[in-house]
Amino acid sequence: MTIKKHVKLGLSALALSVSLNAMADEDPIKVGILHSLSGTMAISETVLKDTVEMLIEKQNAEGGVLGRQLEAVVVDPASDWPLFAEKARELLAQEEVDVIFGNWTSVSRKSVLPVVEELNGLLFYPVQYEGEESSENVFYTGAAPNQQAIPAVNYLMNNIGVERWVLAGTDYVYPRTTNKILETYLMDQGVAKEDIMINYTPFGHSDWQNIVSDIKRFGSAGKKTAVVSTINGDANVPFYRELGNQGISASDIPVVAFSVGEQELSGIDTGPLVGHLAAWNYFMSVDSDANYDFIDQWIAHTDDEEAVTNDPMEAHYIGFNMYIEAVKKAGTTDVDAVKDAIIGVTVPNLTGGYAAMMPNHHITKPVLIGEIQDNGQFSVVWETPSTVAGDAWSDYLPGSRDMIADWRKPMFCGTFNTKTGSCGASAGEMAAE
Amino acid sequence: MSIIRSLTLLFIALISLLSLPAQAQEDDPGRELLINLAEAPASKVEEALGAIVSSGDPRARSWLEAFGSNRLSRIKDTGDVVVVLNNRGRDWEIANPLTGENMGDMSRRELDRVAINNRIRGQLEGIIAMLDLNAADPDVREASAQDIMGKVDATLVKPLEARLELEENAAVRNRIEQALAIYRVSEGDIEAVDILAGSLHPRARAALNNAVRGDNPALAAKAKQALATIEQKLKLNRAAETLYFGLSLGSVLVLAAIGLAITFGVMGVINMAHGELIMLGAYTTWGMQQLLPGQPGLALILSIPAGFMVAATAGIIIERSVIQYLKGRPLETLLATFGISLILQQLVRTVISPQNRTVVTPEWMSGSLVVNDALSLTLNRMYVLGFALVVFALLMLIMRKTRLGLEVRAVTQNRKMAQSMGIRATRVDIMTFALGSGVAGLAGVALSQLTNVGPNLGQNYIIDSFMVVVFGGVGNLWGTLIAGLSLGTINQLLEPWAGAVLAKIIVLVFIILFIQKRPKGLFPQKGRAAEG
Repeated sequence: MTIKKHVKLGLSALALSVSLNAMADEDPIKVGILHSLSGTMAISETVLKDTVEMLIEKQNAEGGVLGRQLEAVVVDPASDWPLFAEKARELLAQEEVDVIFGNWTSVSRKSVLPVVEELNGLLFYPVQYEGEESSENVFYTGAAPNQQAIPAVNYLMNNIGVERWVLAGTDYVYPRTTNKILETYLMDQGVAKEDIMINYTPFGHSDWQNIVSDIKRFGSAGKKTAVVSTINGDANVPFYRELGNQGISASDIPVVAFSVGEQELSGIDTGPLVGHLAAWNYFMSVDSDANYDFIDQWIAHTDDEEAVTNDPMEAHYIGFNMYIEAVKKAGTTDVDAVKDAIIGVTVPNLTGGYAAMMPNHHITKPVLIGEIQDNGQFSVVWETPSTVAGDAWSDYLPGSRDMIADWRKPMFCGTFNTKTGSCGASAGEMAAE
Repeated sequence: MSIIRSLTLLFIALISLLSLPAQAQEDDPGRELLINLAEAPASKVEEALGAIVSSGDPRARSWLEAFGSNRLSRIKDTGDVVVVLNNRGRDWEIANPLTGENMGDMSRRELDRVAINNRIRGQLEGIIAMLDLNAADPDVREASAQDIMGKVDATLVKPLEARLELEENAAVRNRIEQALAIYRVSEGDIEAVDILAGSLHPRARAALNNAVRGDNPALAAKAKQALATIEQKLKLNRAAETLYFGLSLGSVLVLAAIGLAITFGVMGVINMAHGELIMLGAYTTWGMQQLLPGQPGLALILSIPAGFMVAATAGIIIERSVIQYLKGRPLETLLATFGISLILQQLVRTVISPQNRTVVTPEWMSGSLVVNDALSLTLNRMYVLGFALVVFALLMLIMRKTRLGLEVRAVTQNRKMAQSMGIRATRVDIMTFALGSGVAGLAGVALSQLTNVGPNLGQNYIIDSFMVVVFGGVGNLWGTLIAGLSLGTINQLLEPWAGAVLAKIIVLVFIILFIQKRPKGLFPQKGRAAEG
């Protein structure tokens, strides 16, 4: 009798817990979107919000994941770096989202880092950046310098025969670090110091007359000259316009840019820019069926026949699919389980190949060099024979050379110094300093 | 029976008619040449191009041009090469390169672009220039002779020399001689240095620089000498260039600031939304170009009155709804107008788009006025410089010679007394603010030709505008003109050796120190009005 009663109780308890579990399974998976929809960065970040929303819609139409639907939680950090941290806290602590897709600028990422580490969140960061970072909680789906800058310089050196270099950038952390890496790299390759000219300009610089005239003078020394541009976003437009007006064509002095994509070009008449270069891991013009399908989907989603796709959008596409695969593999959305499961996950990219998540939380990407065409698109002129794995710590910076990141156990460290054999501070702690 | 027979005959005749052009296309040697080009690996492209040129086909130039501008594609199914007429969007309009016949739209998925890179494009430019050297128009010949400078290689020397024999135009002859001399210097010909000695062309300098570094000591010495004379000439050009850069930057500053000189300088209203009024002017230009597709020049000219009206209307709304209630409370005005500026920015982001908009530069404004090989003045900036001066002159005229100007001056000097003389001060306030805002709109129209048209446009100019007005002396239009032009010039003089970031800082520090010494700016208001 008592035993029966116990069994009965136990069974009903079991039934209750099962039904509770079932109820929990009905809850949607919450996907936080942390992109600026107002302020200066809205120009670049709004499309990324739309991209993630589109991907969620598509996943839901296919039945969601683990039988659960996905739900977007959109916040607007308004291009205000401290606000990014507050909004990230809101997403993780109040909304209790399972994953965040967000950020564009490095400074906003640094502002968010301590929060996602403290609250153990997951952040997918889709933009090319300066490297020198690897956090347990962040997945870098954009390019590290070795996936963009170095291959681009190699292309100019070996295929175009460039011997003289102008490194022009906007005055902030990404161009400064990238240019430092490039300068060391070029000098390692035997380029003399006087054959490198470095120039920084403020954000939103629009008066390029003097600089373009300097570049022209620098380029008339008899050696093939190229400009490596880390000029940020839309400041490139007046720069290119000035180049065109002063009669510098791509066959005289080619400019290779790391922050000019289809989005930036959609704001100008590209006629005079034909032949200038950009290095990315994706171009809208890439000839692959996956890409054409993605474009069709994007045009349908935005309801704009002229809508363009760009590299950070592809990064979100890869990141989103990796997250879905990792959740399927782990069988849960539990952060630690997903973190373990995602390393080694491989998903198709849009250029006809595959992207794999490496133990340092960076992914493998092909590097493409494209030339600007008169329709605001790029045509691919060169690509790496195989994909390149992202390097969190550059081999061309003192201090960073000996560092590695590996988020597999037992090492489980983003700042492991191979010389001293010890693990340094976490990325969030470094950013908080 | 006979009807059927004649019908059959007609049918046969039709068939043969239809198949004739098709037959002709199959046999067309051009088809083979183009497929050859499309299939050539990077190393063989030069050969394929050579084959097209030496075929003497009259269509060769159009093919090469299409190839150079990325307009050649292959149909994946048939392997035929087509010219892409319109490559925007997902469906491309294509044409037959052999007959020129339009083949309609085709999905991008079906087409495979014929690849070209910068190295090949450089060679192609040389080849096309070579073809153009035979053109009837001497201007075209001169332009192509200039294009060919630095691109001469062993294969081009012979035809170029032959062309030189035939050429009668002195300017074209001169160019061809220089182009040949660049090649000869690189081959170690000392005599050729003399031809390059007077040339300011960057490619000539590049060739001489290479000769200096080369291992032929006699040639190096002579090249060095030639370079020294060139450097002398360049110095003067450089000074003129810097002055032009400075005036051009200055004119932008003047345009941005002159509206503020009226609202802030004359009325004393700190209007932080001034930048957004500029932005509205720029967006008006964009809107006009959307309304008049295909006529960017006309749209730009029409935007001058339209931009003025739009910004002036916005100014009146701001004045009536906010500023009039905050008269004499500068701090509150500052905060309120700052709020308005944020509202306007976000409004544009939400209503139009957060993305920058494309404003097309009309043909007559792009490119540059070539004075000589080292000095060329960019046309868009020259137009803006002229526009700034015209706007300034008109504004001076309004303030000095019209009833409105008189009333404005009366109200700002002594509001009470002007009112008692029968001037409606409120109306004057509205008109003045509208005038200042309208001029900001004009600045926007001009800036749309120089910088990005986007929601952030205004922010980039608001600080500079205040700087110019304060430096020039509040309330003095002449002061604004002189201050704008001189700050622009100082900035451009500093930039080459200090860099853009530091130059900006130095200018700011200079202004702060200057204001310490002369708090009222370059041209202070004098007399009782200034104390009032």
